[in-house]
Amino acid sequence: MYGKGIIKGLGVTLKRFTDTYLDDISWWMQGKKRYYTKEGVEHRSSKDARGIFTVQYPEEQLIAPEEFRYEPFLLYDEGPEGERNIRCTSCGICAKVCPPQCIWIMRTSDPETGKPIPEPKEFYIDMDLCMNCGLCAEYCPFDAIKMDHDFELASYHRNVYDLEMLLKPTSYYAEIRPTNYNREEEERKAKEAAKAAKAAAPRPSAATN
Amino acid sequence: MTAPAPVSTVDLVARFPEFVSADSRPAYSGFVVKKENLVEVATALRDEFGFDLLSSLTGADYLAENKMEVVYHVHRTTGGPGVVFKTQAERTDPVEVPSLVGVWAGADFQEREAWDLLGIKFVGHPDLRRILMWEGFEGHPLRKDWQEAFYEEDTKPFKSRWPEGSHVYAEFKNPFRDNVKLPEGFSLEKYQPETEDQLYFSLERDSSKKIDGETQELGERMVINMGPHHPSTHGVLRVAVELNGETITSLKPVLGYLHRNHEKIGERNTFLQIMPYTDRLDYFNSMINNFGYAITVEKLMKIPVAERAEYIRVIMAELSRIQNHFIFIGMLINDLGAMYTPSLYAFEERELVLDIFEAVAGARMMCNYFRFGGVVRDIPDDAMRKIKDLVFDRLPAKTDEMERFLNENEVLVARLKNVHVLNADEAIRNSVTGPCLRAAGVPYDIRRADPYSIYDRFDFDVAVRYNGDMYDNYLIRFDEIRQSLRILEQALKQIPEGPINSQKPQYQVRVPAGEAYGRVESPKGELGFYVVSNGKPNPYRYHVRAPSFVNLTALETMCKGEKIADFVALLAMFDIVMGEVDR
Repeated sequence: MYGKGIIKGLGVTLKRFTDTYLDDISWWMQGKKRYYTKEGVEHRSSKDARGIFTVQYPEEQLIAPEEFRYEPFLLYDEGPEGERNIRCTSCGICAKVCPPQCIWIMRTSDPETGKPIPEPKEFYIDMDLCMNCGLCAEYCPFDAIKMDHDFELASYHRNVYDLEMLLKPTSYYAEIRPTNYNREEEERKAKEAAKAAKAAAPRPSAATN
Repeated sequence: MTAPAPVSTVDLVARFPEFVSADSRPAYSGFVVKKENLVEVATALRDEFGFDLLSSLTGADYLAENKMEVVYHVHRTTGGPGVVFKTQAERTDPVEVPSLVGVWAGADFQEREAWDLLGIKFVGHPDLRRILMWEGFEGHPLRKDWQEAFYEEDTKPFKSRWPEGSHVYAEFKNPFRDNVKLPEGFSLEKYQPETEDQLYFSLERDSSKKIDGETQELGERMVINMGPHHPSTHGVLRVAVELNGETITSLKPVLGYLHRNHEKIGERNTFLQIMPYTDRLDYFNSMINNFGYAITVEKLMKIPVAERAEYIRVIMAELSRIQNHFIFIGMLINDLGAMYTPSLYAFEERELVLDIFEAVAGARMMCNYFRFGGVVRDIPDDAMRKIKDLVFDRLPAKTDEMERFLNENEVLVARLKNVHVLNADEAIRNSVTGPCLRAAGVPYDIRRADPYSIYDRFDFDVAVRYNGDMYDNYLIRFDEIRQSLRILEQALKQIPEGPINSQKPQYQVRVPAGEAYGRVESPKGELGFYVVSNGKPNPYRYHVRAPSFVNLTALETMCKGEKIADFVALLAMFDIVMGEVDR
């Protein structure tokens, strides 16, 4: 019969259409909200999603997974009296590994001796050039630069971030990437413990003397 | 039928002792052919040794030796590894090398590209125009002594970034003072931009006035420019079409609107820095682009890949293939005029796959997930659960649903069935690879023909269909989705625990000198990378053999004699992505 295929196809469309409302009704019966809630968005981006998929941005947002990366930022540890201990030592690995070369770092040097101090004097990232590849965060040996989750970057001006704009506290990092943060903290503690143990233990050469 | 001789016995030196020698440079392979006898050797390779498919043709500029080299990689469509041969010429401007279009028609666009970017003149090429740069462009950008505007240094990392880095906008450095070279005798007052006469000349010359065997008077010859801003050309592709009534008599694609000289950028970058740039080639399949580049550099570095990482790579590549084919189906229907509903159904499944990429790699499209020796990070547990849900549960059902939705639709069948795309002979001659070749009855899939990574461990069939019409081209995508799901099921069951990289993470990898050509089966065809290292942190030569670009060579053959109304659908068959075509 001519037209059978079309009718079959339309059946699929009809099923999809009713699915949307079936889900709406079943959620409503359970007293749950399918729209504008985290739960609803989660359901609509899972394998069980049927019917309408749309996430009503900006009222709703997709839930960013922990590894989601957007623009880089610099970390500082908060001291007991609110001082900021910048983790960056201005070693320059991020600037060297950056594919579009959008990181500029000026190293601090001691005004008297001229020797470099492990602290950045200036740090610029041109966010308009940044390709969000995450290599800087991946290869930073001090966990000083990390990738942010914030992706709403639209602005009326160009986005060259300086040190002040790039700095964010570690608590923020722990909030957006809890698993990574905990893993890194554990590694750091293990390293420090190993270091302390090494320092405490008598040197074998000293022992023989 | 006798089986073809294995590649190890292909001894061109014994066959042509006078003008073929083995490439004796350390870590180089293949043969060096005297350029005067190139055509003879190539014909023998094709006819006597059975290398019917020209995979890649590119040049390399050896500035220090004052030599220009053209590198050819040829393969057999029956499978097995390929043969590489080279020809060298003195580095003059222009360099002259005989054209191989007569032997492999697929050399057409690739020779034009080499002419455009390297200034190698292929004598005997029927239509040697620039292809990616515009007519009237001065110089050949991939030559080692050519410098781009805002040129800073030959290689990254730039010294101005650290330790005395202070931000400065590139355009504040006057672009006209020291970065732009004007040709000798150039005067802005007398400058007349080059017209497109050449394009229209070749359009008319190659016009087939014969339709259905008899010469027809061209009643009203009409030239239509489709694009570059055409809703159905999948990007900024322009095609000049000559029509006789409604029938296409001649056709020339005009490329380069998205050209950014990916290869030059690659040669400035370090090996690792290229990885995120490969994402931008075929932006639907960044995982597979990463794959191709990673295995090529691993070949050069001679390092193993961690066992678990191999499985993760295959899982990511096959997921990528599935979502690509869903999009192909959706966009094809879109091109046929059924806007939105079918393509959005396809996008739903793609969204779910992209959610996985986002959870694993950190980005939905620009994944940048592969590293030399492995991958960046392990698959998080919740992402693994999502992958399993999709592969074992949702995707097979949704593929069935999609088939139920469209396959028997009378309108679709009427549009697609019996509209000829390519037959096997035309496809092989024009170096067409991927689903279009397989839909023409040639079971050539690199995953099976020349297995890379761990594809030899999986049980799957090479999808093949025999009519070579649009409907077969459409159906073969469903076959491939099912085969990919088969591979995924096996990979997910077999994946072992273990480290995800065989190397220590390092931001500057050491790559020994040498050359390597690596290829993977991308959803569009053969994606090849040709990388030459001279032991420095940056590649000396980096070439991408993009399947979309090479497949477009056959567009003219494919469309001549067809109706203009079918043109957009025919173009959709190649599933081109302009990021990859224009590079």
